[in-house]
Amino acid sequence: MAENTKIIENATCTFCGCVCDDMILTVDLDEKKIIKSKNACVLGRAWFAEHTIDEDAPAAMIDGKEVSVEEAIEEAAQTLTKAKFPITYGLSDTTCEAQRQAVAITDRIKGNIDTTTSVCHGPSGLAFQGVGESTSTLGEVKNRADLVIYWGGNPAESHPRHFGRYAVTPKGMFTPRGKKDRTVVLVDVRKTKSSPVADILIRPKPGKDFEVLWALRALVKGKKLSDDIEERTGVPLEVLQDLSDRMKNCRFGVLFFGMGLTMTRGRHFNSGALLALATDLNEFTHFVAKPVRGHGNVTGADNVVSWQTGYPFGVNFSRGYPRFNPGEFTTVDTLANGHADAAMIIASDPASNFPKKAIQHLKSIPVVVLDTKMTETSKDAHVAFRTSTYGINTSGTVYRMDDVPITLRPAFESPFPDDESILKGINKRVNELMLAKHYASGASGEVKVAAPI
Amino acid sequence: MTEKMILIPGRSAKQGTSLNIGKLKDEYKEVTSTLEMNTDEMAKRGLVDGDKVRLSNDIGETIVSCIGKKPEDLPDGMLFIPYGPPSSELMASDTAGCGMPLSKHMEVEIEKIST
Repeated sequence: MAENTKIIENATCTFCGCVCDDMILTVDLDEKKIIKSKNACVLGRAWFAEHTIDEDAPAAMIDGKEVSVEEAIEEAAQTLTKAKFPITYGLSDTTCEAQRQAVAITDRIKGNIDTTTSVCHGPSGLAFQGVGESTSTLGEVKNRADLVIYWGGNPAESHPRHFGRYAVTPKGMFTPRGKKDRTVVLVDVRKTKSSPVADILIRPKPGKDFEVLWALRALVKGKKLSDDIEERTGVPLEVLQDLSDRMKNCRFGVLFFGMGLTMTRGRHFNSGALLALATDLNEFTHFVAKPVRGHGNVTGADNVVSWQTGYPFGVNFSRGYPRFNPGEFTTVDTLANGHADAAMIIASDPASNFPKKAIQHLKSIPVVVLDTKMTETSKDAHVAFRTSTYGINTSGTVYRMDDVPITLRPAFESPFPDDESILKGINKRVNELMLAKHYASGASGEVKVAAPI
Repeated sequence: MTEKMILIPGRSAKQGTSLNIGKLKDEYKEVTSTLEMNTDEMAKRGLVDGDKVRLSNDIGETIVSCIGKKPEDLPDGMLFIPYGPPSSELMASDTAGCGMPLSKHMEVEIEKIST
């Protein structure tokens, strides 16, 4: 039994987009680790238990050799400023303060910035721009929603507390009996660990989500569907009619949607169809649609990149101003097309989950990595920083999946620097190098460059 | 025997807990290289839990172990794997102008590896 402990109340778990801020952590100060995480789910318990301090690990490496953090910052800045098409990627597992620095660096080096959103709910981001978003906080869902629909996701395994804390079982102002006051619908091609929570389980044929959503739009508008709808989609007409009626007659409905829509054929058209259905339903009742976001601060990444560039992801600064073009400036494309000639990867591991062709190119260019652990991406990096963990060792701001900002309460100190301080150092040095490059090109006169933030 | 099936890479709780331990550790590697297939489909191919199969398409190939699921949970013709390095081997890089590669519903051939 540890003797030198402290309790951190109302700490925040940043593992997934639920960002539960009701953790009660017990910290062993001698061993520098969290020994108990009350209220955490299975994923949260692993998050807190496994982020311990490896005192033997170097804080910084260049080509696999240990160096000082200052030397690594210098090499990172040199690498990024020498590149013709440097890319910045990741950002979903770090604070908004660090994300802000990453945007500033990319702006200065006229690079390309993208976040894990592009391989997550990026298609939904496009659909938001095309269709709009009827939205709410998770608090409103808890207090008001009497019809909860999950489409293309398995929250029981990916966001285990989504049901209990926000949407299915909690008792709210207008849902005093919790689940008894709600109807829960799950739409998925397979039966998952989430299925038992559903009152109604709908299993379309794979790749037929768009058709099912469009059929529901038609029914909501009172149109007649062709008799072969079940043959086309795998969902009987009477099931669709029943769901349509429930959606029109509920008091407050919510459509939560996941990667089953965005990663499959149709992509942004699938998300757009769902958002359009939510919009249609507001002619009859109150209906909202929310993407279920994956990483702890992926929503913050969307917000910060939007504040600073006007666009949420896939932004290029090569002409000196931000341009948004998914399919060109998104990271799978900049890598697979062979455009990127240097990369800074922050709190992400594309080498373990990107398409093979993109990974092959990533391994052929100099890469700067900031991560809390060794990964497929960091093990081959030109410059690798080992960082402290946000929410466990460092404070800062993260955004819950419903765009609610939450301040982190760290549990114990780490000997490793945090993302923000490393990025500040790179930002400062990049600024100096870009000015030197400007004057070396023969330019004269004073250049107005904003001081590093 | 080879036959085309639909592969769905996705998240699992075990994948989530093991990535916290470390993505280069054995537990994560094992989770992301374990393929779920319904038991009818496995029986048809003479497969039992733990057997190795080769998944392939025109992008690449990977070798994984398989584990049975109830046919009512995972329909015929469908496979599930927690996403990770093995599923990346089969993923096309074309994003159709939106930034997202098709990461689910990949058409793959499956072949038992003789031991």
